[in-house]
Amino acid sequence: MSKPGVTPERLAYLDLLREIEDFFFNEADLLDERDYDRWLELLAEDIVYWMPMRKNVSYANRHDDVTAENDIAWFHDDKDTLRKRVKQIQTGIHWADEPISRVSHLITNVRLREPRPSLAEGDQATTKCRFIVYRNRLEDETDLLVGRREDTLVRTGGQLKIARRKIILDQSVLLAKNLTMFF
Amino acid sequence: MAMNGRWGYRSGMVDLRRGEISREIFVNEDIYAEEQERIFARAWLHVGHESQIPKPGDYFVSSMGEESVILCRDRTGRIHVFLNSCRHRGMKVCRYDEGSAAVFTCPYHGWSFGTDGRLVGVPYYREAYHSRLDKEKWGLIEVAQLANYKGSIWATWDPAAPSFTEYLGGFTRYLDLQLDGWDGREGQAEVLCGVQKWMVPCNWKFPAENFSGDTYHNISHRSVDLAGIGPSGRSRRDLGERDVSRKLHVCIPDRGHQTILYVLPADKVPPPAYMNAPIVAEYFRHCEQERRRLRGQEARLVGAPGEIFPNTALLSRQPRTMAGWHPRGPHRTECWRWYFVDRDAPTEVKQFLRDYYIRYSGPAGMTEQDDMENWNYAHVASGGTVARRRPYHYKAGLGAGGRHAVIPGVVTEQPITSEQNPRFFYKRWAEYLDMGSWDELLDAQRAAV
Repeated sequence: MSKPGVTPERLAYLDLLREIEDFFFNEADLLDERDYDRWLELLAEDIVYWMPMRKNVSYANRHDDVTAENDIAWFHDDKDTLRKRVKQIQTGIHWADEPISRVSHLITNVRLREPRPSLAEGDQATTKCRFIVYRNRLEDETDLLVGRREDTLVRTGGQLKIARRKIILDQSVLLAKNLTMFF
Repeated sequence: MAMNGRWGYRSGMVDLRRGEISREIFVNEDIYAEEQERIFARAWLHVGHESQIPKPGDYFVSSMGEESVILCRDRTGRIHVFLNSCRHRGMKVCRYDEGSAAVFTCPYHGWSFGTDGRLVGVPYYREAYHSRLDKEKWGLIEVAQLANYKGSIWATWDPAAPSFTEYLGGFTRYLDLQLDGWDGREGQAEVLCGVQKWMVPCNWKFPAENFSGDTYHNISHRSVDLAGIGPSGRSRRDLGERDVSRKLHVCIPDRGHQTILYVLPADKVPPPAYMNAPIVAEYFRHCEQERRRLRGQEARLVGAPGEIFPNTALLSRQPRTMAGWHPRGPHRTECWRWYFVDRDAPTEVKQFLRDYYIRYSGPAGMTEQDDMENWNYAHVASGGTVARRRPYHYKAGLGAGGRHAVIPGVVTEQPITSEQNPRFFYKRWAEYLDMGSWDELLDAQRAAV
């Protein structure tokens, strides 16, 4: 296989990929710095935020290892619900996350599902990435939540927004007692 | 630890006269081991719902106490519950959460079992066993008794246990509130696909007593009430119905089951609910009318949190869900949540409810999250040598319970709170540990508290 030349089209693709990575890294910072109001601004008004549950399945059924979209999930939120989750934390009496936890989001393996040179106004692109969400709480409580994410991004008013997020956590029985954090 | 002669409860750890319960029962390893023998190997336990295994060969791997069990439907359609452990060397014979199977084959040495539990395949049967292994005797270990109550499946390992109906005693009608249709028809419930399972670092009795009817802890849910996730956009649920109702703390003392119960006024239509979704609101308005028509006065009873002894929680309205608190050692509980809708409900209603349910309950549920924090750290803070010397305080409403003309059991009408229900939960808990026989357990007509 020959090395792809650095064509203008490839440069444009790399530029878009970098913009998307930067978008996700900025999002991670906003979450970990608990700047939730600015985080909410990254979400499209009609966002679907979905974390299905994982199932123990056979190799033959490996493509059916998450609960379906109409089934019970860990999260199935719209923007209004996400705003309420933020509001709950901001009350300062959401005891499951008060005192506040220490959380770090590591986002990696960012790819465009279908490589493209640009994302014009109104266009959508689907990305895949891995996350590590580390939470340390109070004295010795630690959770390490790892998995994949599929995000659909849309460009509106020049800015990227998250139109859809599917979070695939690599746990079947959830080993964390709760999910107060965002993914 | 001296025996409390007056009450006879184990080592005086459950003192109902004073309303004090030792912290030891939550953290002590020996007591935990005894609970497995005396409670979980004897009591009727909730296993699942028939809607999870609609067709012959379908199975769902569930849990009874600490142990993995297989709920399945055999080729003839009969429902069974088996210990998920090979008779040969103990390996789990089913390691998928759910599905459909003709046989369960052990990965270790290859013994296979039919969906009726019979041992049907033994590798090298002739060469290794000279065809003398009696397969009839080495099928999967099946529960001693199984009951299908309006679609919900219950089982016990104890052949001497009373029938499930007798085990429920006067509590039947409260389980009905969970399983009957919103419109009053019998047994309309179906489980929404996907059972939530998650681990909480606390003793299993923390969630159990909470659901028995701890209405005192509302204050810990202030943050979700402020966020306003209820289906009409306020609070965490529609409160109109509760606001116009009488609130009863109900328990069946000789069975150990408890519930909170609301009684709607006879002459008033309950205030509207589900105002955020007109179609859902209209559906429930219709159901409520139907329920009144079909059930008459009985339709005035509205369920709220409840607990079927030992480890099954009920919640029949908002959100409609059942939970199992599976012990995983004294310091850990695996929580399971099943969510219910009426099977005939329109898809839009089911979808709306699904989203609301998981916004409320489970590990991402904005209400239950705060519960779990409390159970977690109450447990942790109870383990110390000094902490263990001081009992917990269960005195709210002590001595207030009485009999009711219509509602069976011991009933406290108390608009704010009473700790009657947790007290009776532990009364029954102590009886299970104290009493060796079902004759004693079923005749446990001890003084009311």
